Amino acid sequence: MLRIRNLKCFYGRIMAVKGVSLSVNAGEIICLIGANGAGKTTLLSAVCGLLADWTGQIDFEKKSVKGMEPPALVRAGISLVPEGRQIFAPLSVFDNLKLGAYTMYKKKAHAAVEEDMESVMELFPILRQRRRQLAGTLSGGEQQMLAIARALMARPRLLLLDEPSMGLAPMVVEKILEVISLLRSRGLTIVLVEQNALAALDVSDRGYVFETGAVVLQGEAGELLADKDVKRAYLGKDYGDFYDAG
Amino acid sequence: MNDKYLPAIYTAFALGIAFLGWRIDNAYYLQLLIFIGLNTLLALSLNMLMGYAGQISLGHAAFYGIGAYVTAILTTTYQIPPVLALPAAVGAAMVIAWIVGMPTLRLSGYYLGMGTLGFGMIVHIVLREWSSVTGGASGLVGIPPLSVGPVEFASNKSYFFLVWAVVLAVIIFCRRIIDSRVGRALCAIHDGEKAAAAVGVNTRRLKLQVFVLSAGIAALAGFLYAHLVFFISPGSFGFMASIKIVTMVVIGGMASIWGALFGASLLTLLPEWLHAFSEFEMVVYGLVLMVVMIFMPRGLTRGVVDIYERYRKTHDRQ
Repeated sequence: MLRIRNLKCFYGRIMAVKGVSLSVNAGEIICLIGANGAGKTTLLSAVCGLLADWTGQIDFEKKSVKGMEPPALVRAGISLVPEGRQIFAPLSVFDNLKLGAYTMYKKKAHAAVEEDMESVMELFPILRQRRRQLAGTLSGGEQQMLAIARALMARPRLLLLDEPSMGLAPMVVEKILEVISLLRSRGLTIVLVEQNALAALDVSDRGYVFETGAVVLQGEAGELLADKDVKRAYLGKDYGDFYDAG
Repeated sequence: MNDKYLPAIYTAFALGIAFLGWRIDNAYYLQLLIFIGLNTLLALSLNMLMGYAGQISLGHAAFYGIGAYVTAILTTTYQIPPVLALPAAVGAAMVIAWIVGMPTLRLSGYYLGMGTLGFGMIVHIVLREWSSVTGGASGLVGIPPLSVGPVEFASNKSYFFLVWAVVLAVIIFCRRIIDSRVGRALCAIHDGEKAAAAVGVNTRRLKLQVFVLSAGIAALAGFLYAHLVFFISPGSFGFMASIKIVTMVVIGGMASIWGALFGASLLTLLPEWLHAFSEFEMVVYGLVLMVVMIFMPRGLTRGVVDIYERYRKTHDRQ
């Protein structure tokens, strides 16, 4: 569904992604893990059109996305849940969701929007309770749910999630990952960027490990979970544990 | 929120205008109210751009000036009836806004402020120096009064009704936009341009559209101004005029339709009230603005609401 070949992304003269290739098949959850500054967010920005300065190839459903702007890509079926949620704080939950359906209104699909509104509120019942509240007054977890719900309102086929677990309590993270699995079972394809590698790999099919702008490791989620380097670098075990075990 | 009260508010507003027009005969007061109306239009126009979409313009008086000058030139030099000059005046400002906005709106924050400031200065200089067309520094005289068919808006009273009818129409128009999908998208751009783009808002195009709309409303105010005073000169459309519009929006309250009305009223009336201070007038004027900003940092509209809510809270506790 998504195919990236030799992608290089630039911020001015700085190359933030240095030749990454990866593929996402329909119905998969793919997880991109790696430390801060490894280029994961940059890659997502390039895929959804927010970053235009890149070379290489990005194909969504066999069509190149080069030169496409974010609105066109949203209409094509790619939605981003941005890092740090980026909900519209001064607007109500309701208005945030309506904004998520911005491209749907353009297609004059009012009935579909109503339907989607119901279904995302079923997915996150808390949003129904809070629908008249200003989004900025929600808790962190609720804001993350709102950000996901907002992205779903555009009826994406590919959902890009940038660090949905950031700054959230473990229980909330679990709830959000549950929803992500549920969405996949409904046929949505998902790319999940995470620093919380353990939780992310748990729900993913495959993963790519990023380091300073390049993929250093890739494989089935299970394999990556068992990999010693991944464990050391991303799962919170230090060299000491390996010494003791060895 | 107060959607269901809107028709009632509009009706009350219209009745208020009718009442004022019926009761007030004093030419000075009528003139003052007309200027409040014109300033309200200017504040509304900038409020759409600055208050809602979050794009600052420090050169808004340029569009006000373009509106005034286009109609003045057409009706004096070319003897075209004012009614036909209206679409030309508004249209010219909108086309210029479109051309200027294309490159300028790529900027944001302070840089957009600088860009629009530069634009305002250029327009001011053109108005002052292009003597053969604009009359130069001494301006244009002999602008005819406004008439639509047999109806002539020559008296202060008829002009009062005309200006405030336009104000009400523009208020309703702006309110409709703000409550729509486009209005939500404008607020989204204000709050986070990247996030707005991520949900599929074409931020560049929408910013340009609201800029053009805003220029059109400002030019409408300029048109009305020219046919009110019959004489215009570049001095009314310079940097200070732009700053005054910004001040009206900020003092009244950003992102508030009624804030534009309050801000325009205060900034029009204040100099009149302060005549008593004679040479200290400007000092007191500045002082009043500072006090308003210190105690009501979100503008008059929010400030009054905040005070009311604080009062109610302490009242409830007792």
